[in-house]
Amino acid sequence: MSKSRDIIAPTPSPETEEFWRSAREKRLALKYCSSCKKHHYYPRAICPHCFSDSTEWRDAQGEGTIHAFSVMRRAPVPYAVAYIELAEGPLMLSNLVNCDFNKVRIGQGVRLCFSDFEGGKLPVFEPL
Amino acid sequence: MSIRDQAYIAGIYEHPTRKASDKSVAQLHAESALGALRDCGLSAADVDGYFCAGDAPGGVQMIEYLGLNVRHYDGTEAGGTSYVLDVGHAAQAIAAGKCNVALITLGGRPRSEGVATGTTPRIYNISAPDVQFEAPFGATLVNLYAMSAARHMHQFGTTSEQLAWIKVAASHHAQHNPNAMLREVVTVEDVVNSPLVAEPLHRLDCCVISDGGGALVVVRPEIARSLKKPLVKVRGAAEAVKHSAGGQIDLTSSAAARSGPAAFAEAGVSPKDINYVSIYDSFTITVLTQLEDLGFCAKGEGGKFVADGNLISGVGRLPFNTDGGGLCNNHPANRGGITKAIEAVRQLRGEANAAVQVKDCRLALVNGIGGGALANKHCSATLILERE
Ligand SMILES: [Zn+2]
Repeated sequence: MSKSRDIIAPTPSPETEEFWRSAREKRLALKYCSSCKKHHYYPRAICPHCFSDSTEWRDAQGEGTIHAFSVMRRAPVPYAVAYIELAEGPLMLSNLVNCDFNKVRIGQGVRLCFSDFEGGKLPVFEPL
Repeated sequence: MSIRDQAYIAGIYEHPTRKASDKSVAQLHAESALGALRDCGLSAADVDGYFCAGDAPGGVQMIEYLGLNVRHYDGTEAGGTSYVLDVGHAAQAIAAGKCNVALITLGGRPRSEGVATGTTPRIYNISAPDVQFEAPFGATLVNLYAMSAARHMHQFGTTSEQLAWIKVAASHHAQHNPNAMLREVVTVEDVVNSPLVAEPLHRLDCCVISDGGGALVVVRPEIARSLKKPLVKVRGAAEAVKHSAGGQIDLTSSAAARSGPAAFAEAGVSPKDINYVSIYDSFTITVLTQLEDLGFCAKGEGGKFVADGNLISGVGRLPFNTDGGGLCNNHPANRGGITKAIEAVRQLRGEANAAVQVKDCRLALVNGIGGGALANKHCSATLILERE
């Protein structure tokens, strides 16, 4: 188990409040566009794929694979940032937790979990 | 309208300081401006266009501080590539008759100010829409670049040793530069045995942190011909922006894949015609990715291309960053674009350090990446310069 690092708390906007509220309830809320039928990440009011304003929140399945990762060795508590290829399609910048960083591999399956910070939770992933 | 042959880089200056605790940021801009104007024999009274970026302590304030009287002002911010982009924008302004003598300045003191460049999240603007989806996860410049390297290794088999050759080549050049921060020649082993910062990038895969400044003077052809310096013409220029596209990201490519071909098309030349390249080198992976995207080798072949000294002047096929680049010489204000343009002009004039001067250097390419990270968002600006 890795010790936890200091997390810089997010500053939600009216546009993203739902994302962070869902995270507090241990859900990963993605934006889905009913016009082009695609998810996007990070969440926006207007779809960056087709510029439609017909976007809605949908909970992610919470599964994905590691597309790339980097262990930050030059940090008081080493941690891993990663791009997770979500089952819904988009790559999401997140963290890998609850794992031996030396055994993690690109392509490995991951599942959603949450890291705590003062006043909220961060959607992160643990290798399967 | 093309800017081809419409403007010349007449004046250049790289501030010799690498630690400027005794100078203000505005002063570094001004001393650099004075150096570049003296270099070409013009004065501040001749300047009618001013270009600066995010390192300037206010663009209008800088015009006031320098005492300029301009009819064209451009404060476009594109991070470290801003000044490469500015040369193209200055050429456009000159071609459109909006100015005759454009001054571009940079200056900053991240070293004296002890900025933890790259290794802690830097929040420039808390309302920027990406910040809350990056900073809480501990995304920094170095680990975002590192993920591009990790993915490149996974997809194409690129190795840490191949990346190390980029630093090795830069160090071979820096040994001849008396102003370079790091003048010691290093080996592939030195690079891969240096401490990991963000895997797979080591300490020696990262550029230096230096105080400093630089300036460029871009002028219309008649003015360039009236001055004493060898003529260095802007033959092509282009820019492009890569971003995370709603999550459909290719971590291994840069916006140089679009700015490069556009600049080559404007210049009417191709990669094989280029005698020297200045390539933005915030990290070794930055160089490798741009070389591929600019067409100096095929995508995925960058590791083989940079290995075995291919970027060392007098040794390899494509001499690069002969001042030692950001990896060894200077990365003033955490922005390496202006020094890239300056060294390319030195090469074309025949004013590079003798040991690294490329023989009969006629065509040079400058490429910068800035305003974000290689992995997910940045601007690329490409310049093709020709000695007339
Ligand atoms: Zn859409």
